[in-house]
Amino acid sequence: MRSLLLEHDLLWQAFSTTLMLAAVSGAIALVVGTVVAGLRVSPYLPLRTVATLYTEFLRNTPLTIVFFFYVFVTPSMGFTLEYKAAAIIALSSYTSAFVAEAVRSGINSVGVGQAEAARSLGMSFGQNLAIVVLPQAFRTAIPPLINVLIALVKNTSVAGAFSVLELFAMSRRLTNVHSGDVLGILAGVALCYLIICIPLGRLAAGIERKVAFAR
Amino acid sequence: MSSGPVLYDVAGPAERRRSRIISVVLTVVVLAAAAVAVSRLAANGVFDDRWRVLWDVPMNFAGYETKHVWQAVFRGLGATLLAAAIALPLAAVLAVVLVSLRTSHLLPVRWLAIGVIEVCRGLPVVLMMFFAILVIPGSTPLMAVVFGLVMYNAAVFAEILRAGIAALPRGQTEAAESLGMGPALTYRDVQLPQAVRMMLPSLIAQGVVLVKDSSLGYIVSYAELLRSISRVADALTNASYLLPLLTVGAAVYVTLNVLLSRLAVWAQRRSGRRRRAPVVVGTPTVEV
Repeated sequence: MRSLLLEHDLLWQAFSTTLMLAAVSGAIALVVGTVVAGLRVSPYLPLRTVATLYTEFLRNTPLTIVFFFYVFVTPSMGFTLEYKAAAIIALSSYTSAFVAEAVRSGINSVGVGQAEAARSLGMSFGQNLAIVVLPQAFRTAIPPLINVLIALVKNTSVAGAFSVLELFAMSRRLTNVHSGDVLGILAGVALCYLIICIPLGRLAAGIERKVAFAR
Repeated sequence: MSSGPVLYDVAGPAERRRSRIISVVLTVVVLAAAAVAVSRLAANGVFDDRWRVLWDVPMNFAGYETKHVWQAVFRGLGATLLAAAIALPLAAVLAVVLVSLRTSHLLPVRWLAIGVIEVCRGLPVVLMMFFAILVIPGSTPLMAVVFGLVMYNAAVFAEILRAGIAALPRGQTEAAESLGMGPALTYRDVQLPQAVRMMLPSLIAQGVVLVKDSSLGYIVSYAELLRSISRVADALTNASYLLPLLTVGAAVYVTLNVLLSRLAVWAQRRSGRRRRAPVVVGTPTVEV
């Protein structure tokens, strides 16, 4: 722990990079994932196909491979991404697939009568989805979405292996320099992750219980 | 909303004609977008002869043949499966122990179990692998990978099993008690078997996560699929070979995980005949 206190500037920089990666990729993933979920329940087959392929491919590919693609493979395809940009693209595209699945299962949990009532009022698919179904879907989808975000916070550690200086990369660097304080450094870094993840998990469980009672 | 579309009406003849036109237009748009992307990539030389590495390695690398490429792929796949195959049973055993501790009558034991579960669930798997490398004396990369996978997945399995046990009818435990079975015997013979059966789909889904997570071994220099693929490109000293090789790697993972997910669906259908599985708080269908 001593060496973490000594290097508190680095620790703060790494911690805020982790938070930044999680916040930015999380925001992008929420938007993209919701759009993909919308496409997956749309009346048009080509849109459904594209959305299904997108989610199934990203859900079943390890994040390490997604990172590897954006960092090491894209240069040979004629694009060069900055490391942080590559990390954000990799994290948000991977996470958006899980967001899409969470939102879709939320949509599936909305009572059939709701959508039917909206239709009988003459609402189109877009109105039905945007005004009636999605607001209710998000209610049930919030706990799984929080779990997706927790996973995202932990997944930012993969960025550390691809040249972004966040908590995991910092722990690698510091344990090299201060090899006498390995346990202290790892415990401190673990604490940083737990500070983010455990309260989020509690929040998800609490909301889940509430939603379960309200239904 | 399971049977048929509910978000939109079953179309009449006019609407059907209109939606067929829209579908055709959308298909054209999607295909056109794909074509533009492909031609852009082609202009950047993505479809040049780099793909030949998969069936005909250029001869200027003395002694490096196509069969070596595929040997590397299969050796990597073998290492991935090996790590998963060692970690899976260990995680299952540890989870069973953790659940029994978590339902213990002794408060400190219960707290200890809760603490272990919460910490292991809240930490990145890579960090636990890294911990094993630094702290466990004489640890190999394989041991580190297995350690990370076991700790994380045991905690998640334990949460799944606990939810399964909590969802059992009270009568099960009461009947066991009235037969004079103690808590240990009740757990082993009554609660656990039913919980495992009920939660089988979630357990298999988590198994998919475990297989995917084994690719984190790349980061702690375990020679799994991704690492051995990148070594092939290193040996051929040409980074452009990464694209075809990585395509193969991704295809292997997708195939593997789709097969496992099929297994989960099949298990769900079997267990669905008996009782509906409860939704687990915090069960990741998710996560790397």
